[in-house]
Amino acid sequence: MKLTVNGTEHDLDVDPEMPLLWVLRDILGLTGTKYGCGIGQCGACTVHLGGRAVQSCQVAAGDVDAPVTTIEGLGTPAAPHPVQAAWIETQVAQCGYCQSGQIMAAAALLAEVPAPSQNQIDDALAGNLCRCGTYPRIRAAVRLAADKLREG
Amino acid sequence: MAGLGKIARRGFLVGAATVAGGFAIGIYSLRQPYVSPLADDLPPGMAALTPHVLIDRGGITLITPRADMGQGATSIQAALIAEELDVALDAVRTDPGPPAPAYYNARIVAEGLPFAATDEGWMAEAAREAGGWASKLMALQITGGSSTVPDAYDRLRHAGAAARAILVTAAARRLGVAEDTLTTGDGAVIAPDGTRLSYVELAPAAGRLLEPREVRLKDPAEWRLLGRPMRRIDIVAKSTGLQRYGIDQALPGMLFAAVRTNPRRGGGVVAMDASAAEAMKGVVRVVPLPGGAGVLADSTWRAFEAVRAIRFDWGPAPYPATTGALFESIAAALDEDARDSRLKDEGDIEAALADGADVEADYRVPFLAHAPLEPMTALAWFRNGQLEVRAGTQIPGFAAKTARRLSGLSRDGVLLRALPMGGSFGRRLEDDFIDQAVRLAWAAEGRPVKLTWSREEDMTHDFPRPAAIARGRGRVAEGRVAALDLSIAAPSVSESQMGRLGFNALGADTAIVAGAWDQPFAIPAYRVTGYRAAETVPVSSWRSVGASANGFFHESLLDELIHEAGADPLAERLRLCSHAPSARVLEAVGEMSGWGGALGPGRGRGLAFTLSFGVPCAEVVEVTATDRGIRIDRVFVAAEVGRVLDPVNFENQVQGGVVWGLSHAIWSELTYADGRPEQENFDTYPAMRLPACPEIVVRGLETTDTIRGIGEPPVPPAAPALANAIFAATGQRVRELPLAKSVRFA
Ligand code: FES
Ligand code: FES
Repeated sequence: MKLTVNGTEHDLDVDPEMPLLWVLRDILGLTGTKYGCGIGQCGACTVHLGGRAVQSCQVAAGDVDAPVTTIEGLGTPAAPHPVQAAWIETQVAQCGYCQSGQIMAAAALLAEVPAPSQNQIDDALAGNLCRCGTYPRIRAAVRLAADKLREG
Repeated sequence: MAGLGKIARRGFLVGAATVAGGFAIGIYSLRQPYVSPLADDLPPGMAALTPHVLIDRGGITLITPRADMGQGATSIQAALIAEELDVALDAVRTDPGPPAPAYYNARIVAEGLPFAATDEGWMAEAAREAGGWASKLMALQITGGSSTVPDAYDRLRHAGAAARAILVTAAARRLGVAEDTLTTGDGAVIAPDGTRLSYVELAPAAGRLLEPREVRLKDPAEWRLLGRPMRRIDIVAKSTGLQRYGIDQALPGMLFAAVRTNPRRGGGVVAMDASAAEAMKGVVRVVPLPGGAGVLADSTWRAFEAVRAIRFDWGPAPYPATTGALFESIAAALDEDARDSRLKDEGDIEAALADGADVEADYRVPFLAHAPLEPMTALAWFRNGQLEVRAGTQIPGFAAKTARRLSGLSRDGVLLRALPMGGSFGRRLEDDFIDQAVRLAWAAEGRPVKLTWSREEDMTHDFPRPAAIARGRGRVAEGRVAALDLSIAAPSVSESQMGRLGFNALGADTAIVAGAWDQPFAIPAYRVTGYRAAETVPVSSWRSVGASANGFFHESLLDELIHEAGADPLAERLRLCSHAPSARVLEAVGEMSGWGGALGPGRGRGLAFTLSFGVPCAEVVEVTATDRGIRIDRVFVAAEVGRVLDPVNFENQVQGGVVWGLSHAIWSELTYADGRPEQENFDTYPAMRLPACPEIVVRGLETTDTIRGIGEPPVPPAAPALANAIFAATGQRVRELPLAKSVRFA
């Protein structure tokens, strides 16, 4: 099957039932997308599918019908996406394991709602668990990212 | 070849060794609380310096042996060294250190120990004896108990200062000037005329100059890094998906593995049928394991699917099979025969309660899973007579020993790399998953194997925080708390966990009463008794260990007594408080929260205080009773840690500890039926999410001389502060966790 990930088209021979999460991690080696629960409860596996935030553990490879963006495709240390830059500046991460998913969820929110209210932020990221409890900094970073994006 | 710096304070020695093109500076550790079971298998005469600074042609490497599970350990360890060495944090590499104890070959000790004892007056002879020990003890490398910062604070700064001193000497000789005319900065020695000699270019000469010397630590007023907001060295990798955890390891030819074992730990396998799994596409092999089996496959997903397809007939649990029966076993321990400790016994409690109690209450807390977001994972690889293991672990020394025991390989044959962890909270103080990975790798005949536990495997095979029951009684008189008697029954974490690590846990288990017996209050009649319940479900350390339960017991009972007395929770705690730093955090949190100010209808404030891990920590929780349930509005936290080394990380850790404490207090419990945990994933083991997270205001006090870690102390007061706030807002006193069983949350 054909899969476009971070702008690169791949022709893959994988079981169409295999969740996108494992295609990314085990087949394509894109390990920035994390496994936390496998049942759509933690958000660690969040990626963009055609620009929308989805939990990649809940999408079968065979059902992927749009280009995929993972945390690696969002930005890099040399050229971070504004959301990543805000995450770095705010020093959100503790263990960091949930943060790819948090960042992908936040980036999708801000692409749609440039100036979200606290409720909108909370709702958009409610699917993303952080066991380390970085929530206060996550809120601050989303607000900072919104400012950065508006300033362009 | 080798020399040692002249530092022998607080149980450590600075040592140095010449390496190709430079030198290494490290620490010999001489005093540890207990004898290492690893002492058996280190060959005589073998010793290893644990290096902290390595400067050679490749640059400057800071070696930070305490594992990072999210608490910022790597960064803070590097900063302690870098501060004294005078290098920028972004100009150095960090490395978790020698993968095997013999990495820095250490004939160093055999060649002699040129050291002079200072303030602890050790005899050189004794140290030579101990020298062989030192490395064995360092192999313990345990990260836990909020010990990283206190432990590292002196050692790492001394290592950095010793390295700097050697480099200054080398520069002085090269330039033919006196040492005291030289300064250092940004990885170079600077001459009076501005000439800069980089550390790397000085390293080979410095490596020939290793001799005992005095080093002076900077005065904190001279600090450039410590005490200011620092950018954590892992923050960019963790914000761009590039941080590689155990679960992300990949090697050519690697097999992906999953396991399923009996969720009734210790129950064993009666029979199994793996034919369906073996027939599945992508499955390479099914490997029987103690208590179950593993599958080697071509992806993690296929391995997950295949282990699920194995049909097992499990044996029964070797402990009571239901939550009810487990709690009965704990309740049965509230009996003189099971008395474990009575560390607090002030005044005459029997006399004080002779005419009955004003408050009598039973409290209970459940079993809890650690459930770090990264499940247990480990990679193992046999090749060329060697075994390489890569895993996120808080106990690399023990894990390596497990690997040696299973493989029959020698110390040199096992290489263990401790990786950054996607959370741990105490879970990775166990090496059960590493044991499995080694067995699977053995069956893989030369191919590397990465084992990943499914969330279901992880949650049903935790070593949980034990459930506990407390019985409280007390008296009040003239508006004051006059007597407090607290009896706590719980299974012993020390017995269970230390037993698995090969220690004999002798004597009383203070974890049963930690956070209760050791509180700084002068109550006229005051007694805390610990009762040891039988070991049932194997249990282990969970963020803040015993205090996680006992803070709730003690602070709930004290709050009930204060209300019974008609006193103010803050004023009465302050009146009873017998420890000045603790009184200061109570005052601070009172001021921060506007304690005493009106809140309006349906709202309430709760206060709790716990001194744990040497840190007094007070929290005020503000709640509103809405028509959708209780909403937590704000939390105020004050803690005394001696020194805040990194204000950003400090705040993050405290906020995280509060979220952890509140999250479990409200929602979480592991319950048992048919001998196994009923919760398998986050749908039934809920945790706090962003919408429920309150604003958390943090203040660190720096009024004492003793530096302390902050990973755990914010946890214990969170649950009782919330329960006390719910009482203040609604009049409902909840004595059992999780609170959501009794109270609706918005
Ligand atoms: S792994 Fe996909 S939501 Fe948890
Ligand atoms: S930073 Fe550890 S789970 Fe979020």
